Amino acid sequence: MARRPGFFDRLRPGRSAGSEPEPTGDPFVDALRAALGADGVRIDGAHRALHSHDASVFDEGNAGPVCYPSTAAEVQAVVRLAAEHRRNVVPRGAGTGLAGGAIPLGQSVVIAMTRMNRVLEVDTTNRIAWVEPGVINLDLTRQLAPLGYHFAPDPSSQQVCTIGGNVANNSGGPHCLAYGVTAAHVVAVEVVLPDGELVTLGGLDPEPAGYDLRGAFVGSEGLLGITTRVAVRITRNRPEVRTLLLSFDEVRDAANTVSGVIAAGIVPAAMEVMDQLITRAVENYVGAGYPTDAAAVLLAEVDGLAGGVDLDAERIAEIGRANDATDVRLAGSEEERALLWKGRKTAFGAIAQIAPDYYLHDTVVPRSALADVLTEIYAIAERHEVLVMNVFHAGDGNLHPLLIFDGREPGMLDRVHAAGGEIIEASLAAGGVLSGEHGIGLEKQKFMDRMFTADDLDHQNRLRQAFDPGCRTNPGKVIPSSHSCADIQALKSVPREVWV
Amino acid sequence: MTAEATVPTLATDDPVLAAFAEEVGVDGPVAVEGGRTRWSLGGELAPGTRTVRAPTGIVAYTPDEMTVTVRAGTPVADLRAALAERGQRTALPERGGTVGGAVVVGESDVRALGLGSVRNAVLQVRYASADGRIVSGGGPTVKNVSGFDLPRLLVGSLGTLGLVAEVILRTNPMPPVSRWLRAGDADPQAVVDRLLDPSAVLWDGTTTWVLLEGHEPDVDAEQITLAGVGSFVPVDSDPATGVPVALPPNRWSLAPGDLVDLDGSATGAFVAAVGVGLVLAERPQPPRRLAPAVAAVAERLKQNFDPTGRLNPGRNPADR
Ligand SMILES: Cc1cc2nc3c(=O)[nH]c(=O)nc-3n(C[C@H](O)[C@H](O)[C@H](O)COP(=O)(O)OP(=O)(O)OC[C@H]3O[C@@H](n4cnc5c(N)ncnc54)[C@H](O)[C@@H]3O)c2cc1C
Repeated sequence: MARRPGFFDRLRPGRSAGSEPEPTGDPFVDALRAALGADGVRIDGAHRALHSHDASVFDEGNAGPVCYPSTAAEVQAVVRLAAEHRRNVVPRGAGTGLAGGAIPLGQSVVIAMTRMNRVLEVDTTNRIAWVEPGVINLDLTRQLAPLGYHFAPDPSSQQVCTIGGNVANNSGGPHCLAYGVTAAHVVAVEVVLPDGELVTLGGLDPEPAGYDLRGAFVGSEGLLGITTRVAVRITRNRPEVRTLLLSFDEVRDAANTVSGVIAAGIVPAAMEVMDQLITRAVENYVGAGYPTDAAAVLLAEVDGLAGGVDLDAERIAEIGRANDATDVRLAGSEEERALLWKGRKTAFGAIAQIAPDYYLHDTVVPRSALADVLTEIYAIAERHEVLVMNVFHAGDGNLHPLLIFDGREPGMLDRVHAAGGEIIEASLAAGGVLSGEHGIGLEKQKFMDRMFTADDLDHQNRLRQAFDPGCRTNPGKVIPSSHSCADIQALKSVPREVWV
Repeated sequence: MTAEATVPTLATDDPVLAAFAEEVGVDGPVAVEGGRTRWSLGGELAPGTRTVRAPTGIVAYTPDEMTVTVRAGTPVADLRAALAERGQRTALPERGGTVGGAVVVGESDVRALGLGSVRNAVLQVRYASADGRIVSGGGPTVKNVSGFDLPRLLVGSLGTLGLVAEVILRTNPMPPVSRWLRAGDADPQAVVDRLLDPSAVLWDGTTTWVLLEGHEPDVDAEQITLAGVGSFVPVDSDPATGVPVALPPNRWSLAPGDLVDLDGSATGAFVAAVGVGLVLAERPQPPRRLAPAVAAVAERLKQNFDPTGRLNPGRNPADR
């Protein structure tokens, strides 16, 4: 089932003597404990259950020992011991992933990065920060604020998700429209390879020698190795920001405004759309000042120097009016602006307050196809009798249909999955792709052959095997089993009670 | 919306790509000949290597999506002209050659701060594999995390993993105003620190050139800021290269912060892209060695993608 944001596990293992796990007699666990200390390895049922899930709906997770390394050397030790004992490993950040990427299959060893959460160095000359992977996205931006910088990728989950998770999923966020997703903000990654070697991929220089292994690693969903340190680009804060709120009587008009803005050669910092249902939920939740009578609202933001932002804001307002915007409002103060963004970024939290369960989808379509695909999505939901709300990164065509349901209703989950499948097909048919930011994980493996040929998948697997010839790191994800090196059936068939 | 008309054509359905794959074939050493502008990069091609040409032409250009699908053999100059007609440009550097060549060489323009880097510009890549198949990676949209990032792997690969046949590139709107300025008395690091988003800051040890781009009021405002850093005067750029200074032939890749130590003693005459770390110099950069564990991954990659070593034999992106 969809887990509520309140579930996100920022849990740290206690270091008190009282939390000492009972001895197991399992030589693997004993070896892990010898390397990490007793409080660095947890095998109790509660820990394993917690780490068998992430924020997705999938429940086939089955965690083995949960390890909390504090250093890259400890990560190396865990990876080497796991290889010796022929066990798989799964890296984990905050567990906010929505595609099941951090879900351990077949009692994989979970490597939780929560203890590695230091910002190691901020270097404004090179415009980078070296951070450990467990650093929370928003914590980094907060630490950079006094220097006048921020970390540009800003997923809506940024209050809890980790930089390591962002790197693994190549995460995006509202402000990635102008500034690019995580891949554009990672210059180097220190990685423990599946054979236990510690390497640095990429570098602070713009064109490091050799293949762009850093580029291949970002977005690899934890299958190519464990990130232990990242050099991220830091971005200068903009002196001027203009935030516009446009209201529409038709969702289509909002979508057409978005493609009109891009077609006019304007790349705003962000362009986000919310439909009426979600806008109302947000208003009930935070009272951000969104109009609840509009069919859709468009939040558009431009930033930079004063002259340009005024020109662009004016142009966006004009394009909105030409597309029948019923109201165009410029946020008058920093407070008003912050409140609008708070509303947008807590949209999912707002839903969690009112809905028993939700399933958040993630596809991308060409921006010119937004209006048509949205119409189709509403029709699909209606056909399957599930409630759908749309809140999405409209500027880059990244749809996030949110299916709301009560999982206790008989047959409901089947309808939800059927509707989801049709949404994916509709997006592909419009010239789109499977995922814009949540990744493939467990969720979309079965759709990979709808976008890629057997040869394409074979080459993705060759890349994976160059890093992980034994397929021990996060096996059973991304690449469909028929093209993958690991036998994922075997992974899924380990009964949950069995402790191996 | 007619779904049929917009269904993404699988690469395997495209007869032009199929013909290219057939020409690449399944055995014997083979390489693509582009514009030969960077022919010796990463090593000399092994003698006896057959050369083929990649297909040419712009397949689809959708300015409203800011993407262009282009065959790898298309001259960069042709692409540039087609995009300019619709007020757009890409990150590919302006120095002749073909689109495919620019992608597999992977070198960004010295104006990378403004144009973006080649590595961030390639959305989808289609290549002929060592076993003569057409393989696609990435996707047609500006945002995409479906599967592993083969486009980034192919950028800068010097054609050693696959022979690129077609790419989808991100395009960007041309800024309303582009203005080069020059000063003989400016500290280039101060320029980078003071300006918000210069498109280029070049420095040869004495002279600093700055490219300001954007809306006119912003460019004017940044020019006023610059007046506090040095005595800047407007200067014309060379239409062929897009920059106002002749660029030496060899490329150095340094951490941006290391440029402060640059005095020409190692590089000879140079022009440095400040804030980027790229240096174009009279002398070549000494070889950069990969750490053994990184080299091992690279070797396995090459082995997995091209087991017989038939693609661009003699070249190695680690030796550039
Ligand atoms: C309410 C909500 C809103 C969200 N909004 C957005 C959004 O706007 N944009 C967006 O892109 N995503 C969004 N997400 C998805 C999710 O937050 C991101 O994918 C995030 O980057 C995951 O980070 P995490 O630390 O929670 O990683 P986890 O969920 O713990 O792991 C995600 C993946 O990363 C791997 N991983 C984690 N750490 C490492 C490491 N150190 N080394 C190697 N691999 C590692 C895991 O194995 C797994 O495959 C949202 C999720 C929720 C619940």
